[in-house]
Amino acid sequence: MEIGLNHYLTLAAILFTIGVFGIFLNRKNVIVILMSIELMLLAVNINLVAFSAFLGDLVGQVFALLVLTVAAGEAAIGLAILVVYFRNRGGIAVEDVSQMKG
Amino acid sequence: MLANVTLLLPELVLFIGAMGLLMVGAFATTDATRVIEYGAISLLLIAAIASWLQGDTVAQLAFGGSFIVDAFSAFMKTLTYLTTAVVIIMARGFMQNENLARFEVPVLMLLAAVGMGMMISANDLIALYMGIELQSLALYVLAAIKRDSLRATEAGLKYFVLGALSSGMLLYGASLIYGFSGTTNFAGIAQAFTVENGILPLAQVVGMVFLLAGLAFKISAVPFHMWTPDVYEGAPTPMTAFFAAAPKLAGMAVFLRVVISAFPDALAAWQQIIIFISIASMVLGAFAAIGQTNIKRLMAYSSIGHMGFALVGFAAGTEDGVAAVILYMTLYGVMTLGTFACILSMRRDSGMVEQVKSLSGLSQVRPFMALCLAILMFSLAGIPPLAGFFGKLFVFHAAIDAGLYGLCILGVLSSVVGAYYYLRIVKIMYLDPPADEANDPMPRELSIVAGALAGVCLLFFVYPSPLIDLAASAGQALIDMPAPDALLTGLFEATDAR
Repeated sequence: MEIGLNHYLTLAAILFTIGVFGIFLNRKNVIVILMSIELMLLAVNINLVAFSAFLGDLVGQVFALLVLTVAAGEAAIGLAILVVYFRNRGGIAVEDVSQMKG
Repeated sequence: MLANVTLLLPELVLFIGAMGLLMVGAFATTDATRVIEYGAISLLLIAAIASWLQGDTVAQLAFGGSFIVDAFSAFMKTLTYLTTAVVIIMARGFMQNENLARFEVPVLMLLAAVGMGMMISANDLIALYMGIELQSLALYVLAAIKRDSLRATEAGLKYFVLGALSSGMLLYGASLIYGFSGTTNFAGIAQAFTVENGILPLAQVVGMVFLLAGLAFKISAVPFHMWTPDVYEGAPTPMTAFFAAAPKLAGMAVFLRVVISAFPDALAAWQQIIIFISIASMVLGAFAAIGQTNIKRLMAYSSIGHMGFALVGFAAGTEDGVAAVILYMTLYGVMTLGTFACILSMRRDSGMVEQVKSLSGLSQVRPFMALCLAILMFSLAGIPPLAGFFGKLFVFHAAIDAGLYGLCILGVLSSVVGAYYYLRIVKIMYLDPPADEANDPMPRELSIVAGALAGVCLLFFVYPSPLIDLAASAGQALIDMPAPDALLTGLFEATDAR
């Protein structure tokens, strides 16, 4: 079977959906949320690179590289915030992140 | 190439300045926070003047068409930079008292301002994403800057998780739009986004919806508002003031830019989306704020509601509508900053207070502060002849002209409901008996800021034409963008010249 653009797009859509559900359905650990965010961004990268190859246009790959770079920065800041949160709370369970409600 | 650099001048000044101030802060042997605060304020003023001076030019492109400077970007950038400068002035006393006076804060605010400038001037999906991320990453850190406080770090964590989710949605939409139009440039997308037989291609509409959802997150419009109350409540108050003003201005500017310059032919598709989020934001902002006891949380719902009102003008999709949104956002920025100057003055011997009931009887203890806050509350409620009324008048006028009667009726009704909680604050300040512990006198810089901004709200009706004209010319610059063909030809000429 020839693997075409549709397959890549479907894969990216599935990964993106898993990422979104990982954020909303996960009740255990904030690290899992960070992993889900990473999964979403990587799904986007698959999309961009697949489109780039299919269109014969390099801009998509440039975009993917920039997304990778920003994702690294985002993960660094997310983990840093998580560390200061852990110092205050003594845990990173998702249920604990509920000081403010209403 | 040099022409490109002059177009980028305000952002370059801010960015290089921020790097320089970071070095000063890192290597100074004594505490340089004061110097860095003054440095940041002057850099922002220079950048505001530099962007103001770009205002009378026709639209100009730089960096292969990914960066655009026109009257719209110049006006919104001037406003954003001035807002950031005012927030740094307001933050000083609070940061000193709360042991938060760190040099990183003004530097991070400068970096966020650079990101906002890049967003406002973005004319390409890549530039848009990079601008939004530069802004957001700085804001996540600012929310959690009080790192020994559980509430502040929780606010930072929530802001980060939901902000990253929204960036992911925005990017997914951007990737679909790129794939189906073959370009990331807004003018090119507009050309590829054509209606065939009255039907838009499904993939492009899906991409557009994802992109708009990501942007709606940034301006905290319902149904993407969940982070706002928690982040506003948990973050240190000056940071809340910053979140409520500058990123909202920049976010609304980028929302307008993307929709108007990238999807001009898809009016019917995005108009429905905007009408829905506008109604949802107005109604939620009006009803959810009623039961709030924390004034920062109340302001969060208030800002959600105001985003809904601004989107009413946007839903019209006309030049008048866009001008009305720009005017509304300007006045919203003025009112929000003034209100937060009063909230930052809610201080007693025992420390900062945030409860609405601690304003009780304020008019007898601190009459000036109570007067400023009362003017600002009347203005936020949209009571004539204060500035907030004119903002609402223009957006509803534009929507009526576009025939959106239902939207206007719902808007006016939710404005009436919303007036309840604004007037309740006035009632608490003027009619209730004074609280046990008196409010400290207003610090001088806060009383100047609050007095000046309340004065603007009070006296706007005397001479409103300069601001209205400015908003109109900015709106015209956005709507009358040169046709996509002309912009693209210009782009290719620029590429050839290089």
